[in-house]
Amino acid sequence: MSGDTPEPGHRPLPEDSMPTGGVNAPVPVAAEATPAVDPRLIVRQEGLKGYLIEFKRRLTSGELGSAPVVVALIVIWAVFGSLNSSFLSAQNLSNLSQQIVGTGMIALGVVFVLLLGEIDLSVGSVSGLCAAIFAVMNVTHGVNQWVALLSAVAGGALVGLVQGLFFAKVGVPAFVVTLAGNLGWNGLMLQILGASGTVNLSGKDIVSRLYSTIYGQQIAAYGMAAAGVVLFLGSSLLDTRRRKAAGVPYRTLTDVLVRTAALAVVGFLVAYTLNQYKGLPLALLVFVVFVVVLEFVLRRTPYGRKVFALGGNIEGARRAGINVSLVRITVFMICSTMAAIGGLFLAAQIQSASQTSGGGNLLMNAIAAAVIGGTSLFGGRGSTWSALLGALVIGSIQSGMNIQGLSNAIQFMITGAVLLAAVVIDSLARRTQKSAGRA
Amino acid sequence: MTGETVLALRGISKRFGAVQALTGIELEVRAGEVVALVGDNGAGKSTLVKTIAGVNQPDEGVIEWEGRPVAIHRPQDAQHLGIATVYQDLALCDNLDVVGNLFLGRELKQFGLVLDEVGMEKRSRQLLDSLSIRIPSVRIPIASLSGGQRQVVAIARALIGSPKVVILDEPTAALGVEQTAQVLDLVERLRDQRLGVILISHNMADVMAVADTVAVLRLGRNNGVFDKRSTNQEQIISAITGATDNAVTRRQARGEGGER
Ligand SMILES: Nc1ncnc2c1ncn2[C@@H]1O[C@H](COP(=O)(O)OP(=O)(O)O)[C@@H](O)[C@H]1O
Ligand SMILES: [Mg+2]
Repeated sequence: MSGDTPEPGHRPLPEDSMPTGGVNAPVPVAAEATPAVDPRLIVRQEGLKGYLIEFKRRLTSGELGSAPVVVALIVIWAVFGSLNSSFLSAQNLSNLSQQIVGTGMIALGVVFVLLLGEIDLSVGSVSGLCAAIFAVMNVTHGVNQWVALLSAVAGGALVGLVQGLFFAKVGVPAFVVTLAGNLGWNGLMLQILGASGTVNLSGKDIVSRLYSTIYGQQIAAYGMAAAGVVLFLGSSLLDTRRRKAAGVPYRTLTDVLVRTAALAVVGFLVAYTLNQYKGLPLALLVFVVFVVVLEFVLRRTPYGRKVFALGGNIEGARRAGINVSLVRITVFMICSTMAAIGGLFLAAQIQSASQTSGGGNLLMNAIAAAVIGGTSLFGGRGSTWSALLGALVIGSIQSGMNIQGLSNAIQFMITGAVLLAAVVIDSLARRTQKSAGRA
Repeated sequence: MTGETVLALRGISKRFGAVQALTGIELEVRAGEVVALVGDNGAGKSTLVKTIAGVNQPDEGVIEWEGRPVAIHRPQDAQHLGIATVYQDLALCDNLDVVGNLFLGRELKQFGLVLDEVGMEKRSRQLLDSLSIRIPSVRIPIASLSGGQRQVVAIARALIGSPKVVILDEPTAALGVEQTAQVLDLVERLRDQRLGVILISHNMADVMAVADTVAVLRLGRNNGVFDKRSTNQEQIISAITGATDNAVTRRQARGEGGER
């Protein structure tokens, strides 16, 4: 097929191949049309060997994704586990799974902004502000807890709208807008908290319960793991069937089963560990649901496609007819909304909203989590799973250090080093991708 | 035979800061006609293309679509009219795969809000097959394609809608012999489908092979519109280099008065 080169102008081209009828018009494939598959294409081989080869190829071409963070996590757990056996105890790991939720939720929003190749430096302050909104409304003014909750989340969205407008419409660089926001929203929070400076949650409100509820029945954790596995298997099989029917490449049954088995091992291991202690924390469940739903939004919806397109080539996206401003504004709204939700979980964790809420190294941890998890600072590459994995790395370091009785000083230095390592890996990967033709 | 005028530019001017990129450009494209737009580097060809495509706004002048003046403020406006553009810089997203790029901005959907990946992949393969375009896979990122492969993806993307006018800005510059022949074949097929085509190229042989009309730009101004059948390559080249200022254009300029 590739050998013969007909004279220019005499190539037998299919007559009716022009898609004049629009996107939905069928394009008849002429019998002599060249197959789209190039003989030089590297196709993954069947079975375990194929996975290994594919893994090596990805490693050498810089498509690392979440591989480094998984390795880092294993190393961190091995080190702290060997230093003190209580680190890997069911109790510590269960607590850890709850403690990462606040930072992880904020990091989820940061992932969206990073995908655009932008940054949001206000997420810490916004999380504190929204926690204060909830606490003051619910506790101080006795407003219905659901109304207070919705107000806090809507407050986050509004903050994102304001910052997004300044960025997308006025054209102020995102890091300046959000740096101003970082200060401004913190001031607003102090204003709202008023003279006392601290509002304690009642402990029985919806936010506190979202954080502290743990489903003790064995069936809860196992059931959720099973549900996840079944959902994954079902959607994989459905996808394979649709692809088969449409005549496009599909995953083989073995492939699907191997993936499902891997997921099942992880899922049930987590469930088992949680059940060894108190059971399934509601906060963790909510977090995982957010991760899965937002990942779906990014990968499977036109909106998510636009977010990636903007991260890849803004001018290209604009010329493709994408409303660049709208996508930018909504991404900043998503980021601030997630910061608000994260802030509520953090308030529930310490049972109060105070003047220090959203301060300290929360902002840095949230951004670091997204980057450590494998979302690129350069835009266009990333996943919501990186928020979960990155938050887990940072949470593990903190927890391990606390068990070792090490000071904040050392914690900061180590977390800083891990973040630097993540950014170095990101930069190197990008360079390798470029030379391997993947960026 | 060419039909009625689909797209007409009347006195388009565009200025970038100190550069008067376009001055009073006139251009007409009829259905089933291939108009070659030629000119030296920096003559303003790409600027004119971007003006038609809604990327730039003209400072002066009118764009007429099927006889009526239209406002093209955004790329979407041009797309909705039926103008598909393959930009010189391709404007592809490196991080998206071939399917993602082909359907960017007009994705197929299931249930109204979920991407129909299978449907888009099927259509992509059919389209690329029917255009005899060979790429390793429709699921690899654009970044891993060669310059020529990117070019054909960009062309294929322009054909996914249902354009009435297709603009190709130097589509063969990065292509080898065989792929160039394919693109020229494609241009002829577009004409046979009664589409209007604006083809920008530096290659005179390509231009003479497929064009019906050759419009020359020089320093941001019209420098003659030639009917391919009644002209030769030398005439066009001398118009490009400015060896001959076109008499008609000169008279027009004088008629408008006030110009140098
Ligand atoms: N965005 C822009 N800003 C400033 N000057 C521009 C811009 N785009 C094009 N120009 C100028 O307009 C002139 C025409 O450029 P262009 O249309 O790219 O030429 P061509 O495509 O014919 O080679 C050049 O002098 C170029 O420098
Ligand atoms: Mg040009």
